[in-house]
Amino acid sequence: MTKIDEVERHLFFEGIYLKYGYDFRQYAEASLDRRLAGLLGDYQASSLLDLLKRALREPEEFRKILGSLTINTSEFFRDPTFFKVLRESVFPVLKTYSKVTIWSAGCSTGEEVLSLAIALKEEGLDRRATIHATDINPFVLKSAKTGIFEASCIPTFNKNYAAAGGTGTPSQYYGAEYGLVRFNPDLLENVVFSEHNLATDAAFLEAHLILCRNVFIYFSRELQERALELFARSLVHKGFLALGSKETLRFSSLAPNFQAVSPGENVFSLLSRSEPKP
Amino acid sequence: MRRPRACFVGASAGGVTALQKLLLELDDDFRLPMIVVQHLHPSTNVTPSLIYRSRARLSFVEAEDKAPIEEGHVYFAPADYHLLVEKTFRFGLSSDRHVQHARPSIDVLFESAAIAYGADACGVVLTGANQDGAAGLRAIADEGGFAMVQDAADAEFPLMPSSALKAVPSARTGTIAEIAKELSRISRS
Repeated sequence: MTKIDEVERHLFFEGIYLKYGYDFRQYAEASLDRRLAGLLGDYQASSLLDLLKRALREPEEFRKILGSLTINTSEFFRDPTFFKVLRESVFPVLKTYSKVTIWSAGCSTGEEVLSLAIALKEEGLDRRATIHATDINPFVLKSAKTGIFEASCIPTFNKNYAAAGGTGTPSQYYGAEYGLVRFNPDLLENVVFSEHNLATDAAFLEAHLILCRNVFIYFSRELQERALELFARSLVHKGFLALGSKETLRFSSLAPNFQAVSPGENVFSLLSRSEPKP
Repeated sequence: MRRPRACFVGASAGGVTALQKLLLELDDDFRLPMIVVQHLHPSTNVTPSLIYRSRARLSFVEAEDKAPIEEGHVYFAPADYHLLVEKTFRFGLSSDRHVQHARPSIDVLFESAAIAYGADACGVVLTGANQDGAAGLRAIADEGGFAMVQDAADAEFPLMPSSALKAVPSARTGTIAEIAKELSRISRS
């Protein structure tokens, strides 16, 4: 692996931030450096400064670079037991509200949003729930909005659907054609897709449930802290926060504000809202 | 040689048995932080403390994202995540694509260790039927770190250690018992 020069990394991300507004300056370095080394290889560049020059001059190239810097690993009902916990421990509380607002932060190509929409539908919550699905990358949002996926996702979908507590037949939610599958458009009827950057943007809603799974592992502790403060400000009292199965609040100063809902799965409820900093 | 500040171990096929033996053979005053990538099936959920034993008073735990690396602990990469170490000597996880067909990948851990620890890293490649770990051990050796490889004759699956030895011809080789002895010596030094 090519070693990344610290000064070059700093200049690279400052440049990207100034030109395009994407802020990678506080991402976790070790995995980010691997992605940067991969980019240098792809572009046969010896320095990040050469890469920066191209990114600044050619927005089309920047789009590709952005795609390589963000992780878009996603699958339907990822960690199926998590969705079981949602249905058993979180949805019963959501049912006590007449309107439910859900924020899927870092929604990537939309697999989690569709999984969530299906679970909400089966629990009779679909009409009162609005899902705000956000991501830093506008190109994955564009793809998520279509509800169209490669047909190769279907075996995982079918398998995880059952393990996640699905009560119907998985094939009722999609139709297949030409190697692609299209999910029923009504699943995305109450989904609002928008760009949102956890590193720079402010709170924009009051949510009953926030899902932010497998995002914090790419953040430094400082950035994770910022995002947690943002979530604490964006949740109603006793609102729920769901993190990835290997993400923890243990090393955060905001940990006392949250209470674990279910041991094993990383679902928390907000005990006290943090006061906005002056 | 300086005393390494942490020891990084990679194992694949045959690795659980090899690691059990290695950990049992460590001296009872072994304290060096040990960080392990053992290739597992992605859906495997193992509790390291149920599988491993040692005479030394060590805690066997799954490595947690952002957790500080501490002496007296043996950390294991969770299934289906890459495990990396940061320059802050804390762990990082990632779902980046597979490296050497593996996630967690030994190369990913070792290369991050070379960057974070430099000459203070010690890398060990044990039994396995692939070539993960070779490039990573090279990275550790290039930074002046200490490289060890299980004797191909001692390994249940020799391909991984012999690939690592090819990449780092200067690596120390030995049986599991000899590696344990060497690690115990390093930990005391």
